Amino acid sequence: MSSAPTVVTSTRDFPRFGGFKPAIVRLEIRRQLRNRRTVFFTVAFPVFFFLIFGLNNAYASDRIGRGNQSAFIMISMALYGAVLATSNGGATVSVERLSGWSRQLRITPLQPSAYIAIKMATSLVFGLVAILSVYIAAALTHKPSMPLGLWFATGATIWIGSLLFAAFGLFIGYLLPSENVMQLIGFALMLFSFGGGLFIPLSQFSHPLRVLATYTPLYGLNQLVHYPLVQGAFNWSWILNLVSWLIIFTVGATWRFRKDTARV
Amino acid sequence: MSTRSEPRAPAALELIGVRKHFGDVQAVRGIDLRIEPGEIVAFLGPNGAGKTTTIDMMLGLSVPSAGTIHVYGLDPLDAVRQGLVSAVMQSGGLLKDLTVAETVAYTAHLFVSARPVEEVIERAGISSIADRLVAKCSGGEQQRLRFAMALLPDPDLLLLDEPTQGMDVEGRRAFWRAIRHDAEAGRTIVFATHYLDEADAYADRVVLIRQGEIVADGSAAEVKALASGRSVRATLIDANEAALRALPGVEHVEVHANNIMLHCGDSDAVARYLLTETDAKDIEITARALEDAFVALTSAQRSTQDSALHSDEVLR
Repeated sequence: MSSAPTVVTSTRDFPRFGGFKPAIVRLEIRRQLRNRRTVFFTVAFPVFFFLIFGLNNAYASDRIGRGNQSAFIMISMALYGAVLATSNGGATVSVERLSGWSRQLRITPLQPSAYIAIKMATSLVFGLVAILSVYIAAALTHKPSMPLGLWFATGATIWIGSLLFAAFGLFIGYLLPSENVMQLIGFALMLFSFGGGLFIPLSQFSHPLRVLATYTPLYGLNQLVHYPLVQGAFNWSWILNLVSWLIIFTVGATWRFRKDTARV
Repeated sequence: MSTRSEPRAPAALELIGVRKHFGDVQAVRGIDLRIEPGEIVAFLGPNGAGKTTTIDMMLGLSVPSAGTIHVYGLDPLDAVRQGLVSAVMQSGGLLKDLTVAETVAYTAHLFVSARPVEEVIERAGISSIADRLVAKCSGGEQQRLRFAMALLPDPDLLLLDEPTQGMDVEGRRAFWRAIRHDAEAGRTIVFATHYLDEADAYADRVVLIRQGEIVADGSAAEVKALASGRSVRATLIDANEAALRALPGVEHVEVHANNIMLHCGDSDAVARYLLTETDAKDIEITARALEDAFVALTSAQRSTQDSALHSDEVLR
């Protein structure tokens, strides 16, 4: 290192991928693992729900499509866990804005879009953990039954679909700079899960509620992730529901994100 | 000014006519400043003088309403992205649930090439707390952590915004020890402070800023010269103001009823005069602290007393 001050600047480069690196995702994962409550809610909760609802001998072995009810409930609970995990992952931006960390990152080469990519990737890792937890716990009970290929097909659909809720978490995280944003998200997801038919079949709702439920954010995704198992008639309104909410969350998150990173 | 025949190396920092307003509030009212590579400059001013606003613009966190800023000839954002400039911010900016070493490692990954994590931790003097969670670090330790993070890209220019705000004396000392040790490598350092003693002790050059304008710019010694002299108070009936004014080194005289107050360069001569030539009693001689010069130069309303400092003449 020379002791003279450097004036030649051309030797310095911009980082590749705007600063996105797997090593940063690893640190983010380690960080979130320290938050025991988050881990508990995203892993233990869905598994617990499966054990309660998915093993009931009254209906667990009833056939549905290419498998049984227990498999159906396993898929629902894995979806619930995955969206909890990805929403929480996105919502961590709230705490980061509050602490000034996002501002600190702005005086590094990290590009804002790469930061979002880091959040998305971290969310996906936790989403996968949530899905695997439910699927593995369920498999150990030997109750769920469906062709092996469907375990992977439904798991993968849940995983990809849960990205929708990473966008949701980011939106809420940028919207509400609060330490309590996680609680709010937990509550919202509980409502969405009822609306989407994850906990109680929509057929048991009264007609007006059932109609209302088809407009909630988890409805389309829930129908889609169960489709490989249930089969039957495909309804394009599921895709419409999913895409509409994806647009709403993404536009909302982008809007708040732009506002947050704008140089004024 | 540079000419075409004689190209100049780019300044570490160059501000030309920089202004910044937030709505009707003028935070920065036209700053021209050129800082050469290797300088250690204190940005000295009271709270609300526009120091942080200016530093934010130097870092590309905000854009000037008018004027231009170049960091080593580059737009501030590009300078940040290339790791040419880094900063130690006033507060915040840390994640409580990471350890000290993890925080540095996280930041290190963001740069194309960073100094080794252990090295900057060592240089910032926080090796002993590397495994501690940020939430459990004191304000001073957190500030040294921010310093370690700022060292990662081995920046040519380091900006420090009120780096010792809220630290105890020992914390401040340890922090400056680390900075000073580091500065020996020839880094350009610009720090904002409202502690005059810090500016005096650590800067080669002091830029005094008040209400968004530079009011004085010179070496620390020049600024110190502003504050030379003493105040003499006494009780004196029927003081001869003209005679007091005529004494050597007297800058300013105030007479209120039976009390007199003088600012002067040679307090001994004044005291000798008062004791031998007049009936003055209760003579009090006080050194005019640097603080007074600072207050005089940076207070919103300059009194006649302040103009006695001839700030503009002493400092350019």
